[in-house]
Amino acid sequence: MVPTSYYLILSAILFAIGAAGVLIRRNVLIIFMSVEMMINSVDLTFVALARQFMQLNGQIFVLVAMVVAATEVAVGLSIVMTIVRHKDSMNVDDVNLLKG
Amino acid sequence: MFLFVIFGAVAIAAALGVVLSRKPVYSALSLLLNFAALAAFYVMLQAQFLAAVQVITYAGAIVVLFLFVVMLIGGGALTDLPRPGDRVRGSLAWPRIVAALGLLVLLAGLAYGLISGQLGTAQGSAAAFGQGSVQAIGSVLYTSYLLPFELASVLLLVGMIGAVVLTRKE
Amino acid sequence: MLDHAWLMLLFPAAGALVIAFFGTRLGRAAGWLASAMVALSFGAAVALFVGLAGLPAAGRSHDLALWSWMGAGTFHVNVGLLIDQLSATMALIVTGISLLIHIYSAGYMEEDPRFPRFFAYMNFFVLMMLTLVLADNYLLLFVGWEGVGLASYLLIGFWFDRPSAADAGNKAFLVNRIGDFGLLVAMFFIWSSVGSLQFADVFSQAATARLAGAGVATTITLLMLLACTGKSAQLPLFVWLPDAMEGPTPVSALIHAATMVTAGVYLIARSHSLFDLSPTGAAWVAWIGVITALFAGTIALTITDLKRILAYSTISQLGYMFLGVGVGAYASGIFHLMTHAFFKALLFLAAGSVMHGLNGELDIRKMGNLRAKMPVTYWTFLAGAAALAGIPLFSGFFSKDEILYAAYQRSPALWLVGLVAAACTAVYAFRAVFVAFWGQERDRRLFSHAHESPPLMTVPLIILAVGAVLAGYVGLPGLSLVESWLGPVFGGAGPQAAPTAAQWLLLAVSALVAVGGAAFAYWAYVVEPEVPKQVRGALGWAFTAVENKYYIDWLYNAFIREVVRPLAGWFAAGVDQFGIDGAVNGMAGITGWLGVQARKVETGLIGLYALSILLGAAALVVWLVVR
Repeated sequence: MVPTSYYLILSAILFAIGAAGVLIRRNVLIIFMSVEMMINSVDLTFVALARQFMQLNGQIFVLVAMVVAATEVAVGLSIVMTIVRHKDSMNVDDVNLLKG
Repeated sequence: MFLFVIFGAVAIAAALGVVLSRKPVYSALSLLLNFAALAAFYVMLQAQFLAAVQVITYAGAIVVLFLFVVMLIGGGALTDLPRPGDRVRGSLAWPRIVAALGLLVLLAGLAYGLISGQLGTAQGSAAAFGQGSVQAIGSVLYTSYLLPFELASVLLLVGMIGAVVLTRKE
Repeated sequence: MLDHAWLMLLFPAAGALVIAFFGTRLGRAAGWLASAMVALSFGAAVALFVGLAGLPAAGRSHDLALWSWMGAGTFHVNVGLLIDQLSATMALIVTGISLLIHIYSAGYMEEDPRFPRFFAYMNFFVLMMLTLVLADNYLLLFVGWEGVGLASYLLIGFWFDRPSAADAGNKAFLVNRIGDFGLLVAMFFIWSSVGSLQFADVFSQAATARLAGAGVATTITLLMLLACTGKSAQLPLFVWLPDAMEGPTPVSALIHAATMVTAGVYLIARSHSLFDLSPTGAAWVAWIGVITALFAGTIALTITDLKRILAYSTISQLGYMFLGVGVGAYASGIFHLMTHAFFKALLFLAAGSVMHGLNGELDIRKMGNLRAKMPVTYWTFLAGAAALAGIPLFSGFFSKDEILYAAYQRSPALWLVGLVAAACTAVYAFRAVFVAFWGQERDRRLFSHAHESPPLMTVPLIILAVGAVLAGYVGLPGLSLVESWLGPVFGGAGPQAAPTAAQWLLLAVSALVAVGGAAFAYWAYVVEPEVPKQVRGALGWAFTAVENKYYIDWLYNAFIREVVRPLAGWFAAGVDQFGIDGAVNGMAGITGWLGVQARKVETGLIGLYALSILLGAAALVVWLVVR
């Protein structure tokens, strides 16, 4: 059996990569995808620990998190589409109306 | 163990692919691969139901959504990811450096915290755990976790309505 | 009556308020209302006096606490009245003289368009003066002190459309302010050493080490002296009193002769415990008093404005009172206060009568032989002048002599200066009499229109004249009613023993000086009228200096012009505009600048926001791990 800590380290790496993606990329879609990756890495953590402690709590949590993520993607993508149509650019730096 | 290493490498490679691809379509496909690897992990962790749900919702629905959006509004500028030596827009040079450093710290911290945490022998009852099967999850979901379940469905409803409202053409 | 002493304050207060609000509707009746209110107060004062007299000598001091005014921590002040022989006597003098002057004013001011306002101010003055003399703590006394200053300002500048009158009012108020500063700081010292401003507390503590040591008592008394020189017009703050003659004559009589200016003497007498503790302070009082007496006396010899002669005379006589209280003869000082109130008020009212008859003329060089046309005024003025000069058997003689005797016991030098001043007094008093009322008329047209004043004005003159003559008999050496009445207040031994030989000798010298002065004046102004011109010629520049009041006014003006104004300008520009405004505006500027800097965080770039979230999370993780 693979030690739980291995899964946790893997999850941390995936999380870090996802965070890097959010920070480095300027394309709004790719930022979104990186966020999804971060959520998934956390799901992995939960499942690993659920198996570790032999309880189903973690898995239920992941289930609900997936629901939330799905909803968030749907709504978020609609917003992205609306903004991109207005600004005619997919660069997230162009959305700076809150500047000042 | 062998499986873990294989799938782990695939997951990390796919993740890097998402972040470093030049075209959004490539990123989306890398994402798909990442999700698949994770589904495999779930099976290895005795969460079969979740593995199935992962494939269906993430790989099957969310990635599809991304691809639809890419199709509808284009992929964006190809020079989006700056190469070393490119002129950086605005005042974002130093934030990128700080971001890299911050990530390293985060990674190290997470790893350290996780490893040094309380990770003793397995607890709980194997019987209740029930191999993460559908029956096990179902029996728990509709009894102890009924409220989150209902709230999740309300959330889905709200999301649907929101998506429709936001994308209507006036 | 003792418990209802506050009624004495209620009447003039009511009078002032009613006239203030309904004056225009009252018209001439305002004069009667005001006089009636003062009459009621006078009645209350008499009742109080009689009531006190009926009590045994030891039990004549009553502290009537009316209500608690303010308290903060250990600081507590009541509004209360101290009824003892001293305050009862003062109240009697104030209300009595005020009553006569109110009645006189009803006649004197009858053609003035602002008649009701005058009486509102007069009643207000009476209220404040009574507050001053009846207060049982320093703070309430200070309220009265300031109040009479205000009343004085209002009344001096009553004819405010005259620039000289308005200026005189300002001058009086500002000079008094300097003195008030002294009293305030003295009160601070008193409170910090004793912990209370109530007379009872302060005077009972007076003997303890706290006040006696380290020159605290001296500091307090010197500061009080500063205040008294302001209010009672002594050196160096006397300059406002001659200018105050711009006000109506009844005002000069009441405020600047009989009552307000005596507040300084009252303060010193009341605080006698403190002055007993500080021989330095008392010595300063005595010397300032006697030097001022001589100083003002010499100036009065050169002045030709009738009211201003009397003003300088007041300054001089107040100097005598200061001399009296400065050598410890508090009862004698108050005695002279009383007799002076009578004859000085009389002299001013008589001068007013002269003005009234001569249509406002005050220059004695234009008068002459007025006794033919204004007999009542003449005889009453003569009585007042005789009392002022200290002619034997008139009231001023007895009171002045008591003071000179006490001064002699302290220091012959003091006595000598006082004697010279007395000589000057006699000369200038009778100079006024002979130049204005005797001899030939100097201005025909003026003389032909001269007439006696109406009874509303002459009756108070007669009453005051009677007082001026007889008031001194209560202080006959051997009878010493004054000493036995007021003695217990000052811790004195009660009635003195029979007068000594030295006392009779000094009495004789004083009498000689007074009569001699009168005789000299007779010779110089009636028999040989050329003498004054010869004297003026002989003295030359010295005479001019004295005539110009020793150039003191000029000095003060120069000081203000050259020192005070530039200093004030520097403070306004440097400290106020640059410093304080700069600091306040600077605060606003800094806040704005900080805001501008803080705004730079809000870039609107999502990437930056995400970065900050990440950094925060990283910091949190690190902290959780390291903890």
